[in-house]
This record gives sequence, C-alpha cells and structure tokens, in this order.
Amino acid sequence: MTITVNGTVRELTPDVLQKRLVEYLREDLDLTGTKNACDIGACGACTLLIDDLPLKICTKRVHEVAGKRITTIEGLARNDGTLHPLQQAFVDHGAIQCGFCTPGMVLTAHAFLLKHPTPTRSEIRRAIYGNLCRCTGYQQIVDAIAAAAPYYATHSQP
Amino acid sequence: MADLNKPAWRNDAFAKVTGRTRYTDDLKFPNLLHAVPVYSEHVHATLRGVDTRAAAASEGVVRVITARDVPGTNRFGQIVQDFRVFADDRIRHNGDVVALVVAQTRDQALRAAEMVRVDAIPLPSVLDPEEAMKPGAMLVHEEFGTNIINTHRIRRGDIEEGFRVSEVIVEHEFATPWVEHAYMEPEVAVCQVRSDGVMEVYGSMQHPFSTRRFVSAVLGVPLADVEVIGTPMGGGFGGKDDTAAIVCARAALAARLTGRPVKLMYRRDWSIRESYKRHPYRVKYKMGLTRAGRIKAVHCTIIADGGAYCSVTPWVTWRSTVQCCGPYEVPHVHCDTFGVYTNNPVTGAMRGFGSPQVNFVVESMIDIAAQRLNMSAIELRRINMVRQGSVTITGQKLDNHTVAMEQVLDAVLRETDFENKVRTCPRGAGHEEEQYGIGLAMSYRGVSLGAEGVDFCAAMINVQADGSILIETGIHENGQGAESAMMLIAARELGVAVERIRYRRSSTSVIPDSGTTVASRGTIMGGGAVTLAAQDLKQKIAEAVAPAMDCLPGELEFRDEQIVHPPSGRSTSFDKAIQEMFSQKRFPHAFGVFKAPTVTWDEHDGQGKAYFTWVYGCQAIELMVNRKTGKVRLLNAVAAHDVGSAVNRAMLEGQFYGGMAMGIGYALHEDLEVVDGRIQNANLNAYRIPRAMDMPEMKAIIIENPDPESPSAAKSIGEPTNELMAPAIANAIFNASGKRHFHLPIRCVPEG
Ligand code: FES
Ligand code: FES
Repeated sequence: MTITVNGTVRELTPDVLQKRLVEYLREDLDLTGTKNACDIGACGACTLLIDDLPLKICTKRVHEVAGKRITTIEGLARNDGTLHPLQQAFVDHGAIQCGFCTPGMVLTAHAFLLKHPTPTRSEIRRAIYGNLCRCTGYQQIVDAIAAAAPYYATHSQP
Repeated sequence: MADLNKPAWRNDAFAKVTGRTRYTDDLKFPNLLHAVPVYSEHVHATLRGVDTRAAAASEGVVRVITARDVPGTNRFGQIVQDFRVFADDRIRHNGDVVALVVAQTRDQALRAAEMVRVDAIPLPSVLDPEEAMKPGAMLVHEEFGTNIINTHRIRRGDIEEGFRVSEVIVEHEFATPWVEHAYMEPEVAVCQVRSDGVMEVYGSMQHPFSTRRFVSAVLGVPLADVEVIGTPMGGGFGGKDDTAAIVCARAALAARLTGRPVKLMYRRDWSIRESYKRHPYRVKYKMGLTRAGRIKAVHCTIIADGGAYCSVTPWVTWRSTVQCCGPYEVPHVHCDTFGVYTNNPVTGAMRGFGSPQVNFVVESMIDIAAQRLNMSAIELRRINMVRQGSVTITGQKLDNHTVAMEQVLDAVLRETDFENKVRTCPRGAGHEEEQYGIGLAMSYRGVSLGAEGVDFCAAMINVQADGSILIETGIHENGQGAESAMMLIAARELGVAVERIRYRRSSTSVIPDSGTTVASRGTIMGGGAVTLAAQDLKQKIAEAVAPAMDCLPGELEFRDEQIVHPPSGRSTSFDKAIQEMFSQKRFPHAFGVFKAPTVTWDEHDGQGKAYFTWVYGCQAIELMVNRKTGKVRLLNAVAAHDVGSAVNRAMLEGQFYGGMAMGIGYALHEDLEVVDGRIQNANLNAYRIPRAMDMPEMKAIIIENPDPESPSAAKSIGEPTNELMAPAIANAIFNASGKRHFHLPIRCVPEG
C-alpha cells in the first residue's frame, strides 16, 4: 500500500493504515498546514485534495485514502518556493487574517477553479460554503478567488 | 495616509498561505505528554470528592490532577478571584473542570477521562438573572452574599422633568443571546520546564501577561519564573483571555508535576462548553421625545447574565452604561445596569464589549420613535446626534478630536442612495413574496479601555549594526494584523522601507506588561508606543550625525531611507547613520511608552470623561424578507467608520468585513442554545456562524480624521465594525415586513 503526498510516494505500514489521516499528516509527516478545528467535518479547516477533489479529512483514517494522490497546502506552492497564483491572490487581496482557515480555503478554491475557471461571485461563495472563516467575512477571500480565476482559464495545468 | 492602490501587505501572509505558520498545536516537543480536561454532568452542585483511582491506573496515564494538586492558588480572576483552575468547593456551571488527565497519548488520556468519578450533591441552580437578583435567591458564590456582581448607573439631569416635557414616549423591552466567539483555533497550550527552571508557556491566548499572572499564581512561583512566548493564534475576538489563560495554567501545572512537556489541546465541544461568551442582555428602555423629534429623556435598566464567574463583567457592563443612549445628546438620563451571577455559561469579553447589545436596543428605538413621530429616522438621528463640541450623557465634551458622526452617516447615505430607497420599502404592504428593506444604524464608541482599566503600553526598537530593525511591543497579534500595523507605523515614522523591519514576537520576559490586546486598543496603544519609540530613536540618531553634517539635531528629517538636512541639502543614509552611532559607542535602541490620556469617572452619578477619544461609525444593509418562508436574504452592506488615520488599507477593510460578518451572525444566525444551564449546540455544525453564501457583498468606506490624542494619529477599528449590523438588519426587516423584532437572533415568522 502506498499514498502519494505532495508528489512523494510513501509506503503505508498496517499500523499507519489505521491512523487518523490528520494525525498521520500532522504528526508523522509534520505537514501541520492541515488544521483540525472541529473533528466532525463541520468547518473545512482540515480540507485537502484527494486526486484534485477537496475533502474534509478530520473523520478519515489513512486506509480510506490509500493509493490516492494527496495535495496538502504545503504542496501547492511552486518547487522554487514562489507562491501559486491563487496563493498570491490571497496575499494581495488581504484574504488572510488569523490564517487558520486559509489552508483549507485555498485548497477548496483551487479544486473549484480547476473545474470552473470562469465563475461568478455567487458561484465562488457556493464553492467555499463548507469552509468557515470567522475573521474575514469572506469578502476578500471571494475577491482573491475571483482575481485568480483568469489564470486557471488560461493555463492548461494550473 | 496609506497608499490605497498597493496590494495588501502583512508580515505573516506568506507563512500562513503556505501552511508554514506554526500555531501552538503545530509545535513539536520531544517526550510530550497529552492532557485532557474532565467535566462533570452537573450545573450546580456541592463537590464532595473526585475519585481518580481508576483513571490513574488506566493504560498510559501518567498523572491525574485535581484542585488538591495546585501548589499555589486555585482561584483567580482579573477583577474578582472567583475562577477556579479546578472545581474545589462547588460546581458552578456545566463547563467547570474537575480534573486533568495526563497520559502518553491523547487517546489514552481521553479514555481515562471517562473513568474519573465525581462525587457531588446537586444544588438548585439559578438560571434567570432577574430571579438571581432577588433577595433570597440561591447564591452562586455564598461568600459574596449576593448574586449581583456589579452595578453601574447614570444620573443626568432630572428624569421626571425629562418625561414631563416629552410629548411622545416609546417604551420596549429587548433581549439578546449568548454569542460564542467561534475562533477557528480552539484553546491550546504547551508548557515545559526549561533547564534554568523557568516555565515556558506557548499557547493560544490574547493576553500573555494575564496568562503569566495566572500561571505564576497557580504554580506559586514569581512572575520572572514564567515566560509566556507569543505564538501565532487562530483568532480571539476577545475570547481568549481568562479561560485561555486557565488552559495555559493547567498545562503548566501538569508540566511541573510530571517534569515533561505537556500539551492541552481543546476539542471544539470542550471549547464551547467551557469558554466564556458574550453576555446576554435584557434591557427595558423608555425614551421621551418632543414632537419635533428632540430626545428629552431616557430611562433604562440593563441586566447582564454574568454566568458563574465574574470575568470582566463589570467592565463590559460599564461600556454599555456609558453608551446606553447611543451617539445622541440626551439631557435627562437615568440608567441602572446590573451584572449578575447565574449558573449559566460564563460570560466575558467579546468583540464589541458591551456595545452590540445596547446598540441593538438604541438604534431600534430610534427607528421606532421616528415611526411614531411620523418622521424620517435619518432626520431624527440628525436632530439628536453628537456634533463637534457636544456633551455626552456622562458630561464629556467632545472637543479634542473630530466628531465625525455626521460625516460617516452622510457617507453611508450617499453610497446606498438610502433616502430614495427607504421610501420604496413596503413595510408589510403589498403582495410580493419577497419584500425589500433597507436599514441603517450608527454609533460612537469610546476608544481603548477608558475608565475600565489602567491603560499604557510599551514598545522597543532595536536597530542592528547593518541597519536592520527589530521592533517589539506589548501588543499581541490576535490574527488581526497588529504586528503589520506596528511595522508600518514604525517605517512611516522612521522614513525607512518596511522590509528593513522585523517584528519580534514578544515574550513576557522581555517587554513590560502592556495590558491586554482587547478593546481595539492594539493600533492606538501599540502604535502610540511605537511612534514614541521611533521619535526617541530619531532624536538619538540625529544627535549622533548632526555634528558631522554641521547642523543641529532638530533640523534633520528622516525620509526615503535618508537623514536629510533640508536647508543645506546635505544627507546621509540610514545605514551610514547607524554605523556612525556604533562607532560613537551609542546604541540605536529606543523604548517608547504610551500612556492613555487621563480619564475620569464618578461611579455615583455616572459622570466623567469616560474615554480619551471616540470613533464614529455607520452601517446600512439592503435585504429581502420572504413572507412565505421567513427567510432573510442579504443583498448589500455598506459601512463607514472613522479610523483616525489608515495604516494598512487592506487590513482595515478586513476588519470592516469580519466585524460586519459577526454582526450579521448576531442578527440572524447565532443562537447558543442553553437549556437548564447546559449548552446544546456545542460544535460548529449546530452553532451556526455565517458562511460565504450568507454574506452580502460589502463595501468599506474609510474616513480619516487624524486624532491628536493618538501619537500615530490612528484610532481603532476592530470593534466598531461589529456593533451595528444587528440593529441595521432589524430596521431593514421592519422596513420590509412592517414587523419589529425585539430579540436576537431575529426569526421572521412565515405568514399564513
Ligand atoms: S476539522 Fe475537519 S471539518 Fe472541521
Ligand atoms: S482568517 Fe481567521 S478564520 Fe479565516
């Protein structure tokens, strides 16, 4: 059994398969960008991408995603360390305050824009419906996602 | 003053957007133990004992801690020492913690926590604050002899005369609910004893200094033996003061008793169960006016449910009292305010700090009165609102800053085309399924703590030999961007690029105790201290370089990374000047202390200069009410706030939007369900904060009137934005449906 995390293939031993996925990522791999804020799938802070689809993983075990390709927030920036245009848009539009919702929010938006590169603002709001943010009122998050959309529309592998 | 076209800038944005920021739970410690709290099923009970034997014998458990294990004091609080680290004599609310289980893993600790047995005899609980105030009521704290935590009052003019000369009297009762802060990061602390014996505390808390006081008191060690290290925090909104400090104190105690690092990480349901909330208010309000629309008299009684512990109830209710008439001149005022103990959830500081409740009341009352007078609600506001030189209901003359009430009101009216739109509102007439409404509310707000507390703040600027700059202040980054604001203020004052500056996360062992980062005091107090430190530093640099530049230090100006002597055109670079200082054996190091200007208060009649300066705000909302479903659909919201001077535009706007969102949650969504003292909806699925689709498009109008009382000219914005949406929405719903709502959250009943 293996799992691909941010491009790296990892072996999964039987005891790891039974672990909570959020614990495996945060403790074993030290990928602490994935947050846990509710434990019950209600807030979106733990969202990551499984084969490019967003999933709240706080209730999941590792074996449920074995064999899949996982992208965490740590895997979104370019290899040279520069920000992905969506991340840059979050920075430039003031879409980040405390930042606790940010990883899940960015990944949800990324998956959405991959499929819908020319969204309306209300479609963006619908897409991030499951990601709670207590700080921003979502206005600048929606601004950032809207601003990044043209990049997805014009690149084949965003 | 901020460059309006620049993209947003924050010192921590890159780390946050890449997932690199290490919040407390992300820190790694070798040999770490995990702790979990144990609650009881009770709401009010005499505690006879806690049986920890089975839990202690459970697999992986290292220690089970109860009140008996506290070496220092088990009781503390910022105003009244009634909080317990662990329940000792009684259980006073359902969130009281009776024990802490410490184990090798979190799962082991969780399992063992189930095995702790609580021996307690239930007591009748007091859950209604009005009942709790009556003589003979069951006492929450017997030693105080009463459930009344505090009273405040205002006696201005002659209330009977006020109503005698009034031609119209409007009288209503209002009620507001508990509100959960719902910061996305729950409480968490990691503590370890350093090799030099100092207890190191990392945690999600917004007041490192009160945390240090709590930890040192609980451990019974000097303040110098505890170091609280500023750690990035996933939201606070006023909610991570006392209870977050207790979480740190418990983790510290566990680390002391086990000799190992201990993490105490709260689950969401524990966080909601135990942490304090915004106070529910009941307000009886009577307003007398002349037919021409002059408010002559206000009589009001405010009762705040303080829950089981005092926390900052006296301060919260004090602000409500001072601001109980909204931004209006009223000659005759009689106000009585009570904070009351009950066995309900604890209540304390939350963004707004006593103003969201009274603003809902006052701004609803103004619209109700206008309707009774058959007058425009805007006109009624204009007749009564404070202007330059006005005297507040506590007798404070508003003449030391720009009174921007009319300016913010006009800005919102213009932006929304309010007066034309409000005329088209049906107020329940007509047959459309969805009815349109627009509504507005405005307020003024005293800045910082006012007579609530001792108010001063320190900042340090330490320039390194290569010209790079470290700054540090006593203001804590709560996620609002305080660090970035301080850096921009320093850069502006020193005339250097912000890239030179690094904000050093503060440690309580370095910077002096500068009070709590609440009451929106971050920018004005921290920014004030930074400005004063920067001015001191400039003076020192000028003295060092003036001789070589053949001029007097006072003639030098700092701009564009240069130190310039304008008359001669001579200049030297900032870097060279710093080198020059070191070669002269002078340190480019400065310390700034900003003391809030003096305020005065007479508790007897509630008169005095309550706050050293004020901010002004106005918000409007457009919405649709569906008469079949009762659903409210928000269309568009506009806010104008006077911020003094804008330091960081995108961050300011973020404060507008975030505050408005919380206001919308308060108005329409958030309803902490407390039944017999027990919270029923203790997670984010059932306690509903606004989601992206619940929110309208918002517009932020920043008004700048630099404030002479503020060294940086900036004032505050965190809270004013959070206190107006509820009444604006209530007024808009009335204008749509013709129905007036006196309770929050507003539930529109479907017709027929
Ligand atoms: S932590 Fe997974 S949805 Fe909240
Ligand atoms: S930025 Fe704080 S929760 Fe979204």
